[in-house]
Amino acid sequence: MTRKPFILRNPSVLVVLAALAVFTAAVTLLSQAYGTGAIPTSMVKVLGKTLCLALAAVAMDLVWGYLGILSLGQMAFFALGGYMIGQWLMYARTETIVAASLANNPIPPTAQELQEAVANQIFGVVGSSDLPLVWSFAHSLTAQLVLVVAVPGLLALVFGWLAFRSRVNGVYLSILTQAMTLALALWLFQNDSGFRGNNGLSGLQNIPGLEGVSQASLSVWFLWASAAALAAFYVLAAWLVSGKCGSVIRAIRDDETRVRFLGYPVEGFKLVVFTLAAMITAVAGALYYPQAGIINPAELMPIASIYLAVWVAIGGRGRLYGAMIGAIVVSLLSSWFTGGRAPDLHLPGYVVSWVDWWQVALGLGFVLVTLFAPKGIAGVFDRLAGWRPPARHGRDLGPDQGSLKEQEARA
Amino acid sequence: MTRPRALPRLLLACLLALILTVPAPPAAANPALEAVLAENLDQIERPSRRTVEPLVAEIAATGPEGLALLRAWAGRSLGLTDDGRLLIVTAEGMADAATGQPVTGADPAMLRPNSGVRGVIESALVAGAIADPDPRRRAAALDSIARSASAAHLEALRNAPEETLPALAARRERLEKLLVIQFDDDPAARVAAIQDLAGDVGLDFRAALNPLLATRRIAVPTEPDGQPQGANIARELRIGSEDFPREAAVALMTSEGLLEPRLTPAQQRTTLAAHIVDGRVGGVPVAELSDPEARDRAYEALEAAGAVPPAATEAEVEAALAATRFLDVYAEADSSVTDAARAAQTRAQVRLAAMKGIDLGLDALSLASIYFLAAIGLAVTFGVMRVINMAHGEFIMMGAYTGYVAQTMIADRTLSLVVALPLAFAVTFAAGIVLYRLVIRHLAHRPLETLLATFGVSIALQQLAKNIFGTQARPLTAPGWLEGAITVNDVISISTIRVAIFVLALLFLGLFLFIMKRTRLGLEVRAVTQNPGMAASMGINPDRIAMMTFGLGSGIAGIAGVAIGLFAQVTSELGQQYIVQSFMTVVVGGVGNIWGTLAGATLIGGLSKVIESFNPANTLAAQTFMILFIVIFIQFRPRGIIPTRGRAAEA
Amino acid sequence: MSALLEVSGVSVSFDGFRAINNLSFNIGAAELRAVIGPNGAGKTTFMDIVTGKTRPDEGQVLWGAESRSLLKMNEAQIARAGIGRKFQRPTVFEDQSVTENLTMALKANRNPFAVLGWKPSAASGGRVADLAAEVGLADHLARKAGELSHGQKQWLEIGMLLAQEPRLLLVDEPAAGMTLAEREQTTALLVRLAQTRAVVVVEHDMDFVRRLNCKVTVLHQGSVLAEGSLDHVTRNPDVIEVYLGR
Repeated sequence: MTRKPFILRNPSVLVVLAALAVFTAAVTLLSQAYGTGAIPTSMVKVLGKTLCLALAAVAMDLVWGYLGILSLGQMAFFALGGYMIGQWLMYARTETIVAASLANNPIPPTAQELQEAVANQIFGVVGSSDLPLVWSFAHSLTAQLVLVVAVPGLLALVFGWLAFRSRVNGVYLSILTQAMTLALALWLFQNDSGFRGNNGLSGLQNIPGLEGVSQASLSVWFLWASAAALAAFYVLAAWLVSGKCGSVIRAIRDDETRVRFLGYPVEGFKLVVFTLAAMITAVAGALYYPQAGIINPAELMPIASIYLAVWVAIGGRGRLYGAMIGAIVVSLLSSWFTGGRAPDLHLPGYVVSWVDWWQVALGLGFVLVTLFAPKGIAGVFDRLAGWRPPARHGRDLGPDQGSLKEQEARA
Repeated sequence: MTRPRALPRLLLACLLALILTVPAPPAAANPALEAVLAENLDQIERPSRRTVEPLVAEIAATGPEGLALLRAWAGRSLGLTDDGRLLIVTAEGMADAATGQPVTGADPAMLRPNSGVRGVIESALVAGAIADPDPRRRAAALDSIARSASAAHLEALRNAPEETLPALAARRERLEKLLVIQFDDDPAARVAAIQDLAGDVGLDFRAALNPLLATRRIAVPTEPDGQPQGANIARELRIGSEDFPREAAVALMTSEGLLEPRLTPAQQRTTLAAHIVDGRVGGVPVAELSDPEARDRAYEALEAAGAVPPAATEAEVEAALAATRFLDVYAEADSSVTDAARAAQTRAQVRLAAMKGIDLGLDALSLASIYFLAAIGLAVTFGVMRVINMAHGEFIMMGAYTGYVAQTMIADRTLSLVVALPLAFAVTFAAGIVLYRLVIRHLAHRPLETLLATFGVSIALQQLAKNIFGTQARPLTAPGWLEGAITVNDVISISTIRVAIFVLALLFLGLFLFIMKRTRLGLEVRAVTQNPGMAASMGINPDRIAMMTFGLGSGIAGIAGVAIGLFAQVTSELGQQYIVQSFMTVVVGGVGNIWGTLAGATLIGGLSKVIESFNPANTLAAQTFMILFIVIFIQFRPRGIIPTRGRAAEA
Repeated sequence: MSALLEVSGVSVSFDGFRAINNLSFNIGAAELRAVIGPNGAGKTTFMDIVTGKTRPDEGQVLWGAESRSLLKMNEAQIARAGIGRKFQRPTVFEDQSVTENLTMALKANRNPFAVLGWKPSAASGGRVADLAAEVGLADHLARKAGELSHGQKQWLEIGMLLAQEPRLLLVDEPAAGMTLAEREQTTALLVRLAQTRAVVVVEHDMDFVRRLNCKVTVLHQGSVLAEGSLDHVTRNPDVIEVYLGR
């Protein structure tokens, strides 16, 4: 039995990769650094960040749309990835600056003095001058890059092991993930957590060693990197959910008890997917925050993760491209509407200012999508491609706890 | 006016600080005072502690004007003009001390009595007040002594006539003991006073003990083997123990001059920088000085050349440490006093810990009540429909804003609160019904989607509240009778409003139990919770029951909102601050059981307070640990403290 | 004959109600056994205990020649050890095709990473086709399981059970909701399967049990009331009282 290559079996992957390539090329050609300059650098950054959010949404879809775990703490991994890379960015840059200023002293500084001066510079703002233990590797780019995936991966592994082992699922699990991210955020908010409390890490847009490169060029480079990461992880995710493994993952979503009686270690599958998704999200975060320039614990508040779920839901969960489209469309729309550039809507007797009303519209729109279009934007593509859910008795219940089962539709 | 004008001034008699700022109105003419002053002008100008006492008594006896003069004198606002008039100088102007007439254009030399003299004057003032026929003035005098006690006051208290009012007598006796502890010269008397009061947890008693037990850290040579003369040793310190590291010992010896100062890296660097010769320091090239060892070598070279003072070497430090004892000594010389004080302090601390425990319990109880109120509605809807309502927090917020609106309409606080409670219930009940009809009903049996849809409602409502009420916090003020606190003693106190919330929570527990156990609605709700299919076949409309439950849960959230708004700021984010804790309460307590919710609220409230008490400054860490605890707790009791059991739970 | 499954002295209670009370049960390596009993006799709970869904309060459950205790294993481990279970209600993965359902059930390494690296081969494809043919779904391989009729879903589930190649099959009311023809087909299949492995059929329907023509265990109030041929147990006065007496 011969099998077509993976890409050909999944034409949607090819379409997504092509679209991504065209998009990246177009933005590059319109950028200030490498093209006509029609797109300002700040916009390039917004687009680059949006790609990172899309990557996070793809990971979220793996966990939620395929595995059926509504994780309301996914952005914790995103922000952790950002913090890990931010440590190096901030440390290395501060070290350069401090070394330059210490070089004016008559006596050259010792390594210890240099480190103390750097620590003083970074942590003076929270009234401390010691380098916390968690910054032990901050001087090494390699180490911090490893930590970008290791720390969130380990957190997901431990949390997932604890939660899955005790068979917490459904809304309970959602609440627990929410608690996890809240706990982490509150911990980071403390000044003595070693991450500069609510000041967070800043100046991340300056890349040490690349002082000579303009922000215009850097923004395009980061766009490329984000697009490449999105492409690579999209293919990885698509591969993961295709074939037998994908079959098992979706089966766990639909009826995990039955999968257990088939002999599959359900907890093991959940752990693998959950941890992998956490790592992908962390990579997305590590690419996002150098473009954003600043990270603080507010990024970990549960609301951010819920927004991620909203994007995925609007885009269409259970479809990787749906999640991607949802994140891109909704986050760009949100920043356009809340950025004050959207024209006001003149109703008789009241002027609707979008800055004030976008959130209301988004919330209600989201309710409508959940009620009337559970497949989200991807549902439109499905219809065009002729994919239909099984013509079955009872209502389609959507992918959550024990869904797609007739007896529930009847009840 | 029947009351003498001097009364308010007398009340303040001993408040030195106030005397300096509050202007004394000009006193009326007083010939007796004028006479005394004229005779003793010389002594007033140059008083002596030993001889001034009769003079002060004489002045005090002349009446209110005399006392005013004494106050000004003690407060250093009494001036003497060249022509021998005494003027009371205030921020507003000057007045003649004897006649009370305002004076302008004078340039008096200010009198600056020494502290001894001032003590005599003050005790005279207080003694006057203690002996006052008006009990309120006597009470005020006791207050002022308690606020700023001195040895002179002790004398005044002892010499004062017998107190007749029992309450005042008790206070005076206690105050006298406190003063004895602090100022008496006789150790036996002090020990007796300490032992009398031992076990008392009053702040004043603890404050009186503290200076007795204050210690000073000293370093003394081991040889000769004698004790430091007259030192009352609290304890001997061991180098390297937790609270006395080696660096502390070295620093202590250095500061006492027993050891050459050690060279800090910064000093070393400065010194080296000062001795750069031709790009080299002590023969070591400057470029190599980024290495600490090279710096040491360079410094030693300079030392050898005599260019810099020698620094203590490691061996010297070691030897010096070995030959030294480190002691904590009491400032108080008498060991019997310190022993008694220490014993009393231990007893006070034990009782204090117990009281703090009680206080903590009260705090925890009030926090638990708040969580209970916030979570009860959530538990109801979750229990009956297995639906998490993310907009629950916004219903709490809606209730709080309803309270605010009621208050803007009705001026009377009590009345507005009475109106606000049912109004908030009605508003959020209606909102709950609408939410149920429009959204939740259509998402039956899809809990995760319901969670998300209600989240959409939540962000819409939050922004709506911002659009209507703005982003700044709105006040929801409690009526006067809810302000203040119930204070048992210096340690235990609880604000009235929290007691009210506790009562409210109890009320709702009772009401809820009544509805569930004694009404038709409760019966039907329980039936639907246990088996919706069977309930439906028995003629119960599960949809209507679900709707009523949802409305009820939302309505309780509204009332919780009013309660929370009374002590927190009403903002559009009010609900968000309570929603996660509410979820936790429900999850920890166990679903579908009011007692579970109660247990969850108690556990979470209690735990938050206990963790917080370990590190009161860091509430963020407390919350972090709390959530961690809950995550771990769920490991062991995945279905909460009071789980739904049996086969139904496994389905 | 050494027993494949040996349940001895097992008790379990829910909220004070003893669902299983000192129950003992043995079955050989290639044996067909029917378990009957009135509602609430503990039939389903008994299967839950064997498959690891419910933990007994006391007693032992030993498995295979080496007598491993099943009580320390979870559901998935027990399933991998060779105990397959068919639920009363057909539970197949409705959103996935018949091929996918069967492929998932095929005996293979269940480790997540092994599953990730798994590729369909000629052998696996052939096995799926054979199984589908055996349960009469050869023409429906590409259809989603949700589109199948109730009976077809039952058959698909049986097919999935066979794909697991279990040594012990626990079948819960297989005949429920089946037509007469389907029942006969099912009976024949169960009898045939029992030639090479142990099969426990939990059933209500006496006619169906009679057709199986095998040893019968009667459960009542959580313990074994009688055991033997159907004729033997139906003559037992206790059984008559339980079934007919009230």
